[in-house]
Amino acid sequence: MTSATITLPTPPLPLKAEARGLDFYYGDFKALKRVTMPVYEHKVTALIGPSGCGKSTFLRCFNRMHDLYPGNRYDGTIQLLPDAVNVLDKSVDPIEVRMRISMVFQKPNPFPKSIFENVAYGLRVRGESSRSYLEDKVEAALKGGAIWDEVRDRLDEVATNLSGGQQQRLCIARALATDPEILLFDEPTSALDPIATGSIEELIHQLKGKVSMLIVTHNMQQAARVSDFVGYMYLGEMVEFGDTKDIFMKPKRKETEDYITGRFG
Amino acid sequence: MAANTDSRTAELRRLIRKAKRWDALFGVLGILSLLAALFTGMAIDGVPRLTGDFFTSFPSRRAANAGILSAWVGSILVMLVTAFFAVPVGIYGGIYLEEYARKNWITTVIEINISNLAGVPSIVYGLLALGLFVYTFGLGQSILSAGLTLALLILPIVIVTTREALRAIPRHVREGAYACGASQWQVVHDHLIPYGMPGILTGVIIGMARAIGETAPIITIGALTFIAFLPPVPGMGEPAAGLFDWLFSPFTVMPIQIFNWTSRPDPAFHQNAAAASFVLVFMTLGMNALAIWLRFRMRKSINW
Repeated sequence: MTSATITLPTPPLPLKAEARGLDFYYGDFKALKRVTMPVYEHKVTALIGPSGCGKSTFLRCFNRMHDLYPGNRYDGTIQLLPDAVNVLDKSVDPIEVRMRISMVFQKPNPFPKSIFENVAYGLRVRGESSRSYLEDKVEAALKGGAIWDEVRDRLDEVATNLSGGQQQRLCIARALATDPEILLFDEPTSALDPIATGSIEELIHQLKGKVSMLIVTHNMQQAARVSDFVGYMYLGEMVEFGDTKDIFMKPKRKETEDYITGRFG
Repeated sequence: MAANTDSRTAELRRLIRKAKRWDALFGVLGILSLLAALFTGMAIDGVPRLTGDFFTSFPSRRAANAGILSAWVGSILVMLVTAFFAVPVGIYGGIYLEEYARKNWITTVIEINISNLAGVPSIVYGLLALGLFVYTFGLGQSILSAGLTLALLILPIVIVTTREALRAIPRHVREGAYACGASQWQVVHDHLIPYGMPGILTGVIIGMARAIGETAPIITIGALTFIAFLPPVPGMGEPAAGLFDWLFSPFTVMPIQIFNWTSRPDPAFHQNAAAASFVLVFMTLGMNALAIWLRFRMRKSINW
C-alpha cells in the first residue's frame, strides 16, 4: 500500500499532539504500521475503519494503556504539545501521560463507589483531599458531563445504579474532572441506546472548543456528525486523513470512498 | 383438530412435569442426606448433654462431669493464631501473584505448587510442622505451633480465593482506574481490594472453617488430650503471665477432645463426644453461614 494521504488544513491550526511513524506490536503481531496523524487543539478527530483495523489500538497508545499488558511494544513517536514530550518514550512515566490525557471507554465503567467518589477519584490520586475543592471540581465536572441536574441530589449513591447512558456521562465527567489536555473516546456509544447516544454526541459538541478530543467510532454517521477531522484506517495503516467534510464528500482515496459509501467494511 | 391439539398440549405438560420431578428429587435428596448424615445421630445422642456445665467444665474421668472448656478455648486461641498468620500472608501472596508477579516459568511453577498444596493430606503438614516448628524452631507443643501449622494448611486456600476474587473484577473497571492516572498500588488499594473483599473474606472464613475441624496435624505436633487448665491470661496469675505466654502453653482443641472421648470404652463418653461434635459442627456451619452472609451483604453494593 502507498503511504497515507494526509490533507492538512489551510491555514494551519494549532497542534495538540502528533503521531509520527508509529508502529505497534502485540508480541510478534504488528498492529500499527507507520501511522502518522495530527491531533488539533480543541478539535474533534474521529478514527474510522472496519473492525480490527487498529483504530482502538492507536487510541490506546495515546495514554499508554498497552503498558498494562506484557509483550506490547511501541516504535515511533506521539508528541504531546506544547512541550513536545514523546509520550511513548520509555523514560516518560505512563502515569504522567494518563494524568494529562483522559480516556472514556467503550463500556461505561464507573467504579462501584459513590457518584461523588467516582468523579473525585482522578483528583484524589493527584493528592487532592480538601473537601471544598473536591466539591467544586466534582460539580464543575458533572456539569461538564451534562449529568449534574440528574445526580445533584444523590451524589452519595452508588454509581453503578445509574442507567447506561448516565453511567457513560458520569465517566466523561470523571475524565473531565482533571482538566485533561486530550480526551480519548473508545467507541463511547456502542453500548448505548439511540437516545443515550444522542446525549453523548451532544455533549461532545459542547466540549468542542474546550478540550481536544480523539474518538474511535464504528458508526460513520457519528463520525460525520461530531468530528472536525477524520482518519480512515485499514489493516493497521492510516489510509487517509483530512477535514471531515472532505473525507465524506470527496475522499481522495478509492479505499476511503469504498468504505464510507458502504461498498466495503 | 382442536381436540387433537389439546391432547397434544396435555401430553407435553405431563412430560414436562415428569422431567421436572427429577429437579425436585435432586434437591430434596441432597438436603436430606446432608442433614441425616450430619445431624440426626449426633443430635439424638449429644443434645441432652449440652448444658451450661458442659461448656464450663474441664475434661474429667467421670463422663457426667466432663466438659469442653479447655477444648473450645484452645480451638479459638489456635484459630486466632492461624488467622493472624494466614490472612495477611495469604492475601498479600494472592495480590502479589495476581497483580505484581511477572508471568514467567517461576511464577507458573509457584502457581502450580500452590494449587497442589491445597490438596496435600493434612497429616503431611503435621509432619512438616513437627520437624520445623516444634523441633527446629523450638516452639514446642504449643498453641503457637498449632496455629502456624493450620496457617500453612489454609494458606493455599486463602491465596487461591484471593486471586479468584481479584480475577473476577472486570478488566474495564481496572483500566478505568489506571486511566485516571492511578499507580498500581492505588489501583490495588482503592479498587481491587475493596471490590474483591467479599470473595477474599469468603475464602478466609472457609479456610478457617476447614482449620477448626483439622485433627491429624494437631495430633502430629503433639496436642494433649487431657488438659485441665486454661492457657495463662496476660497479666494474671502468680507470677503474672506475660503478654505472649499463652502462645507457648500446651493445649487441646475440639476435634482432639472428641477423638479422645470416642476412643474410650464407656458409652457415656460417646455421648460427650456426640455433644462436642454437635458444637463443632455448629462452629463450622456458623462460620460458613457468616461467609455467605458477608458475601451477600457486600456484593449488594458491588455490581458491574
